[in-house]
Amino acid sequence: MTTTHLLFDRIDEPGLNTLQGYEKRGGYSALRKAFAIPQAAIVEEISASGLRGRGGAGFKMGQKASFLPKGEMAKYLVCNADESEPGTFKDRELMQKCPHVLIEGMIITTFATGINHAFIYIRGEYELQADILEAAIAEAEAAGFIGENILGSGHSLKLVLHRGAGAYICGEETGLLDSLEGKRGNPRLKPPFPAIEGLYHGPTLVNNVETLATVPTIINMGGAEYAKIGTEGSTGTKLISVSGDVQRPGNYEIVLGTSSREIIFGLCGGPKPGRTVKMWFPGGSSSPVLLEEDLDLAYDFDTLAKAGSMLGSGAIIVVDDTHSALGVAQKLTKFYAHESCGKCVPCREGTNWTHKMLARIESGEATPMDLDILASVQTQIIGNCLCVLGDAMAMPVGSIVAKFRDELEAEIEAASERANTVPVAPIQDAIPVGAH
Amino acid sequence: MSYFDKRPPVKRYEHGSRVPGWDEAVDLTKPPATVPDPALTPVPAELREKIETAMALYPDSKSASIPALHLAQKHHGWCSPEAIEQVACVMRLTPAYLTSVASFYDMFALTPKPKHDVYVCTNISCSLLGADEFYEQMCASAHGHEDIGVRGFECLGACEIGPMASVNGEYVGPLNLFDAQLIVEDLEAGRPVLEHKQLRNRAVADPQGRVADWTGIDPVGQEG
Repeated sequence: MTTTHLLFDRIDEPGLNTLQGYEKRGGYSALRKAFAIPQAAIVEEISASGLRGRGGAGFKMGQKASFLPKGEMAKYLVCNADESEPGTFKDRELMQKCPHVLIEGMIITTFATGINHAFIYIRGEYELQADILEAAIAEAEAAGFIGENILGSGHSLKLVLHRGAGAYICGEETGLLDSLEGKRGNPRLKPPFPAIEGLYHGPTLVNNVETLATVPTIINMGGAEYAKIGTEGSTGTKLISVSGDVQRPGNYEIVLGTSSREIIFGLCGGPKPGRTVKMWFPGGSSSPVLLEEDLDLAYDFDTLAKAGSMLGSGAIIVVDDTHSALGVAQKLTKFYAHESCGKCVPCREGTNWTHKMLARIESGEATPMDLDILASVQTQIIGNCLCVLGDAMAMPVGSIVAKFRDELEAEIEAASERANTVPVAPIQDAIPVGAH
Repeated sequence: MSYFDKRPPVKRYEHGSRVPGWDEAVDLTKPPATVPDPALTPVPAELREKIETAMALYPDSKSASIPALHLAQKHHGWCSPEAIEQVACVMRLTPAYLTSVASFYDMFALTPKPKHDVYVCTNISCSLLGADEFYEQMCASAHGHEDIGVRGFECLGACEIGPMASVNGEYVGPLNLFDAQLIVEDLEAGRPVLEHKQLRNRAVADPQGRVADWTGIDPVGQEG
């Protein structure tokens, strides 16, 4: 195994999705190793690795695990496999081709934190991956890796795969917990954070698939050794999903700190010949957009944050110069307005009105002043919602309005000229009635 | 004359800013729905057993409401009032509660739906590659086929094969406009859909993730 490919090394190998194939590669050796060391030392090892959450927020996993109260009580581990951030598809490939690495990571994490009940919340659309995971869990149960007194360690675990039913908001950790409790997936007010009061009011650790799947590697390598990969603030490797206008889209594993140009042009071949990068989303559709001049930024948590964007889920979406900024913004707002759960006002109204205001630009009814209103709506959404769904629209749309203002103004001008000569069709409500 | 006098009048939505039906009064002559009486609600034995198995997996059986609704939808074809009544009866919940849950999630149909689901992703990555055109073509191709339901869907998590669609849960892509007709033909003939474009057979993009003896689809060979 090379140091740069910890999760994706020869992942296409036939049979790797079975227990036999995984064990042939040394699978479940980290589990045996973990059972031999004290529980607190495992959490320390994870902390020492500097592993940051791979789902979007980038919170240190070791720190999150240490927030869980100690002692005998019903605690839960929930693996967030909802993966519905537009542009993100890394967990899908990992779960489909190597499900046991996730299961092993979950067993180690539950052992380290004294949890006896774990769930994998997978989005309902991933039917193939859910079937594969279900089969893998059954295999692991039959082999004695899940159940009572695993491998004589005294640790017991019940692992349940839970299929969602299509809702972006259930990728938000508290929305996910409500959904897992059998309710509508509305986010909860924080605090209390899930680590204190989460699933069934018990302390709950919620982690992304990739984060948990990295745990066996950390145990095998040692936390300090893992921390040597990548940069100081962003250790290790990251699975990234590149999509949009690139010639070789797909999932790649990179060392954090690699240049973004190297990823988009080197690995993915850049846009088609003759086209240039107009903008790119560095971390899923919720991240503020970056421009061509930002391509030399190192791809890690801190550099992207300093540049005014974020690494998010590691999903790069490249938009080339054949697309209009308005079209991109409209796609985003339509999605977020459809997916807003409606629980809090800034998000429910803000996403919907932003969508309508952009439609007015297209139909020629907007004035340049509308761009100022658009921008001010976005700043009023950010930080004022129950969860980050509202922010997830406001950040990219706000950045598009700021960075492509000239283009949008020209669009307003051109559209109103069109509208004055051709009768305008009535605006259609693009958001299906009855959608949440 | 100022700019504002010249502008065309602002178009308003026909139903104002509200969703139609918001002001329909509740029928107070009907009794409020309660947990259905098991004696009066026949539940197919197979469905009951599956729901009860799902309920046993969780510390709180209410957690099984989404899995149970999936099961009922599979059994009845859609989340009909009868299906919801049966789930409510087994889970000891009110039908109103389950309807509120079912209406939240995109995959549950509260109105009768066609047998085959074609979800076409129309989100950002796919639409950059022409998903909107494909969606229109797909609607046109499926026109007149009562058992095929085409739906524009949010990101399905397979942007590398954009434009893509999920046909009865099987991910296929990258699609071109001709594939719309092929999908309809495959569904009508009961064949697996677009076997040469199924995501399950696709190799990973990362060169180090690949193996030499890969027998499925190799994205590099295809696009290089």
